[in-house]
Amino acid sequence: MSGLLTPPTASTPWQQARAQLYQRPLAVAALLVLIAVILLALLGPLFSAYSFATPSWDEIYQSPSLRHWLGTDALGRDQLVRVLWGCRISLLVGVAASLVSVAIGVLWGATAGYAGGTTDSLMMRFVDILYTVPFIPLVIVMTVLFGRNFLLVFVAIGAVSWLDIARIVRGQTLSLKQREFIEAARALGVRTPTMIIRHLVPNLIGVVIIYATLTVPTVILFEAFLSFLGLGVHAPLASLGSLVSDGADHLQSQPYLLTAPAVLLAVIIACFSYLGDGLRDALDPRARH
Amino acid sequence: MSPAPLLCVRDLSVSYPSRAGTTRALDGVSLDLDPGEFLGIVGESGSGKTQLLLAMLGLNAQGAQLAGSIQYRGQQLLGASQRTLATLRGRRIGMIFQDPMTALNPYLTIGTQVTEGVRLHLGVGRRAARRRAIELLEAVQIPEPERRLAQHPHELSGGMRQRIVIAMALICEPEILLADEPTTALDVTVQAQILALLRELRIRTRAAIVLVTHDLGVIAAVADRVLVMYAGRVVEQAGVEQLFAAARHPYTIGLRRSIAELDGPLPERLLSIGGNPPNPAALPPGCAFAPRCAQAFERCQSAPPPLVSIAPGHTRACYFEGPLEMHSP
Repeated sequence: MSGLLTPPTASTPWQQARAQLYQRPLAVAALLVLIAVILLALLGPLFSAYSFATPSWDEIYQSPSLRHWLGTDALGRDQLVRVLWGCRISLLVGVAASLVSVAIGVLWGATAGYAGGTTDSLMMRFVDILYTVPFIPLVIVMTVLFGRNFLLVFVAIGAVSWLDIARIVRGQTLSLKQREFIEAARALGVRTPTMIIRHLVPNLIGVVIIYATLTVPTVILFEAFLSFLGLGVHAPLASLGSLVSDGADHLQSQPYLLTAPAVLLAVIIACFSYLGDGLRDALDPRARH
Repeated sequence: MSPAPLLCVRDLSVSYPSRAGTTRALDGVSLDLDPGEFLGIVGESGSGKTQLLLAMLGLNAQGAQLAGSIQYRGQQLLGASQRTLATLRGRRIGMIFQDPMTALNPYLTIGTQVTEGVRLHLGVGRRAARRRAIELLEAVQIPEPERRLAQHPHELSGGMRQRIVIAMALICEPEILLADEPTTALDVTVQAQILALLRELRIRTRAAIVLVTHDLGVIAAVADRVLVMYAGRVVEQAGVEQLFAAARHPYTIGLRRSIAELDGPLPERLLSIGGNPPNPAALPPGCAFAPRCAQAFERCQSAPPPLVSIAPGHTRACYFEGPLEMHSP
């Protein structure tokens, strides 16, 4: 009797969210694959006899073998080490830029939506103006300004790619602030900054997480594009994007140079999407039961 | 000798200008609230009762134009800065919202929401705030308060949530508690429990309570004094016994007649007031109730009747001098 009727013990929202996430096999699989990829990227190069940078002139364009599992590139460098390094760089770039972009976008959009009136108009017109600034030339200018520090460049990319999320968050905030609990918090004397951070942002978490998980692969792809233009990661450092673009040049003769980074890129991007979906469901308390 | 009023509202008007014309939500409302008093405000939807409560906290929607005066212990609230108002909200004047299903943030635990007030206004630490919250949940008769603190709103029933909302409003021991139809969204049995709770809390906390409702029965159960509102104006104001024994405004009488009495003879049929409340964007020049009033005569069309005293503690806004029929004609 007592055993059946005792309610489940109280747990934190995060414990509950985790329990929810564990019930979604696809999301869990995606999370495990991502963790595996991250561990591999971090630890793999440590156990390799090869360096990602040192050319080896007598081992140019070797096909995959026991010595070089993924073969070697035009300079005789071990492709496996280069792919793992590329993975590190791509993930770092994607996550750093997404964090910056989400942080700015959420705060900007929530502030504009919550403040309303003139403040809202001014803040959103500023976003509109930024939308008209051509992205590529801007990034080129920033690359010139920040020089060869690739991480700063991608933080800068994050700092200009927050416009979409600011708009989405503002729209959500406009509907949220009509809800009675926001008025109730105001009636309790809660001030605007606390209101935005404590009462609005948690309610935006679903949309933010989905957007963040979509931003990571977008930035990774954008980095690939910049690398193609010669504006991304500088040699000998590699990213998955630059490896794909290098590999594409030798598609006919050495297809293995394209396969590994392309597959890994696709896997990472797919995993972020599935994980994002799973997190959204797990973090929405209304989706429970 | 009555003590100085806690809250003093004078000639308060709230209007919403728009391209289609100005909507007058409140028009020249005055009221005094004494410490510890239980004031009931009755009116139909759109009579301005919620706007009146929101005005006391400076929470009217954007675009509202307010005129008149609202003084809390001599301090002018109308036109006060948001910063000043924020120090009063929750601390001196608490508010209970109508719908407990939407008045709680779905993403925050009950504990976070109940303790927010004390932590904000009194700078109480996490632990002390938690202890206080448990005391308060006990006061509003929530079983297993410790466990509730860690739960989210969706895990509780409607009645339970309304108790939480009341606890939130009470945690700083405000002197004034504004309750906006706190029982409307609840089952009748839960309604009765919440009303009993309000009555008990009032004795315990000595807070003055302003209860807004469209249900005269609720007012009869708890209030000391009643304000009847119609189309943004106060039409009658009296002590609760006085109002139920000798209502002197045709609208109040109409409201009374539309309710069955438990202990009285059952009427042939309940009478409803004919017609509809006027459009607040196009109020008639005279008494707003005149188009629905059986007693209306020419004078009623000219200008809205002023609120005049007809007996000690009893005021009404009506030109009609003759006897008003309490029971159906």
